[in-house]
Amino acid sequence: MSLKTEEMVLNLGPQHPSTHGVLRLELKLEGELIINVTPHLGYLHRCFEKHAEAMTYPQIIPYTDRMDYLAAMGNEFGYVVAVERLLGIQVPERVEYIRVIMAEFQRIASHLVALGTFGNDIGAMTPFLFCFRDREMILSLFEMVCGARMLYNYMWVGGLSHDLHPDFIRNAKEFIPYFRPKVKELNDLLTGNKIFIERCANVGVLPLETAINYGTSGPVLRGSGLKWDVRKNDPYSIYDRFDFDIPVGEGLVGTVGDCWDRYYVRVLEMEQSLKIIEQAFEALPEGDVTSAIPKRIKPPIGQLYSRVENPRGELGYFIISNGAANPFRVKVKGPSFVNLEVINELCKGHLIADVIAVLGSIDIVLGEVDR
Amino acid sequence: MKTEEIFQVLKEKFGDSIIELNTANIEPFILVNPFEIDKISYFLRDTEQFLFDNLMLLSGVDDANGTKANDIITGGTLSVYYHLESTQLNHKVVLRVSTPRENPEVVSVEEVWRSADWHEREAYDMFGIIFLNHPDLRRILMPYDWEFGFPLRKDYKNPEFYQGMKIPY
Amino acid sequence: MSSLLDKQFEDGNIVIAKAEDLLNWSRLSSLWQVGFGLACCAIEMMATSASHYDFDRFGVIPRASPRQADIIIISGTVTLKMAIRIKRLYEQMPDPKYVISMGSCSNSGGPYWEHGYHVLKGVDRVIPVDVYVPGCPPRPEALLEGLMKLQEKIRNKPLNKIA
Repeated sequence: MSLKTEEMVLNLGPQHPSTHGVLRLELKLEGELIINVTPHLGYLHRCFEKHAEAMTYPQIIPYTDRMDYLAAMGNEFGYVVAVERLLGIQVPERVEYIRVIMAEFQRIASHLVALGTFGNDIGAMTPFLFCFRDREMILSLFEMVCGARMLYNYMWVGGLSHDLHPDFIRNAKEFIPYFRPKVKELNDLLTGNKIFIERCANVGVLPLETAINYGTSGPVLRGSGLKWDVRKNDPYSIYDRFDFDIPVGEGLVGTVGDCWDRYYVRVLEMEQSLKIIEQAFEALPEGDVTSAIPKRIKPPIGQLYSRVENPRGELGYFIISNGAANPFRVKVKGPSFVNLEVINELCKGHLIADVIAVLGSIDIVLGEVDR
Repeated sequence: MKTEEIFQVLKEKFGDSIIELNTANIEPFILVNPFEIDKISYFLRDTEQFLFDNLMLLSGVDDANGTKANDIITGGTLSVYYHLESTQLNHKVVLRVSTPRENPEVVSVEEVWRSADWHEREAYDMFGIIFLNHPDLRRILMPYDWEFGFPLRKDYKNPEFYQGMKIPY
Repeated sequence: MSSLLDKQFEDGNIVIAKAEDLLNWSRLSSLWQVGFGLACCAIEMMATSASHYDFDRFGVIPRASPRQADIIIISGTVTLKMAIRIKRLYEQMPDPKYVISMGSCSNSGGPYWEHGYHVLKGVDRVIPVDVYVPGCPPRPEALLEGLMKLQEKIRNKPLNKIA
């Protein structure tokens, strides 16, 4: 007697506790082994590019916030750097230092969410609560500066909307020695945990050639072994004045480029961000943050592509201007959109539970994938 | 290498397919033939002096340079911009192709850089540019049965109802 | 400290109350929500259920399946593609069920009301909503106030009306 087997199609649908938002994955299965994964996108397509053609340059900044809502300061940073390069203006020194401090705090907050939800998907619920507790402290720092917890509208073209409150500087300097032992606590709970290592090591290995060909960036590319960071290879703002390291994946508990490597790169990056913030606070000059904001923004005719390093990868803005007060075309390269393409390569031959681990380690945000 | 030097080498190898070099603006670009873009891409990726192994961005643009009558644009072109970069030699270049608005067709570069797969699907979804030899060209962000046109064109009009739901405010 | 319940139980387990008060009190104290988050407001909802602004002390715990839930919190922008699925999820929930619309995107389209060709201008175009919470995103305290308003609504519900 012979068994009749056939392939099954399973829908990891738009409503699912572990898909980090509204993403639909169509899995083609042979028993429990995966043959093919097809992502279906567009469930959060909010027409950012159409809005950008209808608004003036300063009015677009709140919309850029809402694309990658976990790293809003990074999105604004990328946009104002692109417009300032088009206009050819220079901002005061104090503005540059404050922008770097905000971007690095935002990097720590975003990595905390990534690590917490990754642990939650694997099954460890406690680090999720610990990470959110530390993130609340960073959010109250942001609230002291601009009044909002998550979507700020803080960085404007040519400057900032408010100067730093003296309470902010005092509390931020107290936060740094408070947070260092918390990273060690997270390592004790999750990074060295035997069950976590069994679930993540040697799962979803991404070879370096494939990673570059698919255009990945950020911790996904660095986890496969390439030392590539926009802050060092194509510096913007004043990042060339700071001294920091770029962690890469080395295959400490498995192969180079597996899920554990991508996770550990993020843990090490949080420590490097603390280093940058300390150096920035030491060198912070005095000045007026609103002095260089132009009254009317009308860039010359031309187009420009400029990029910054967001926590999830390389965020790029391609702006075409035809001399008017509204841009002619704004195209955004969202790092999660490009990183999500490799999921088919990574999941072939694994089990269903590994798909969740791989998706958590790529760390996507649907607002950026769908724009 | 600068864009002017790259333009010289490409002009010697491909002749008429390389149309012109535009340095008028802040970022210079090279205008090429839309039906030869895959051969040029293979050359740029594989030769020793270039090694452009990373496609940073592929974006469609509606040039809106036709004649406008009754809110509908006829004539003119749609363009696609390619931003390339080399991770080993640390240089960048920008290519551009232009196709007529009524029949937009560009050869796909999906075999050269796999990241072009979804970028080209998005350019098709938003502008209607057909990429020849693409393995799976269908809509990616809009619903699969959206039959009201291509949203990011300058003369796009919103429908009233979609499957029983009212769209305008 | 002796509260009302202690007093009544001293004389041997007889509780005197109106039937609809008892039913309504038990319903509002354990509203189980479907784990459903769309966009930025979902992160504030996750922050509300974390330890700083606890959701669990109101009896609200997340359940994975809509068939085991009482309440769905629509947090984030509703697009046309997603609206069809939201309608299906709402129909899968058993009665009595409640809907909280969180954030301005699901109240009325939010910042995308003017040029959004793929955005549904308010989730009340597909499902009936009980409480609207304004904000972009609303603070966790605002979401807790919205939940308390919903509890008030349930407390005052007469027994002869189903759901």
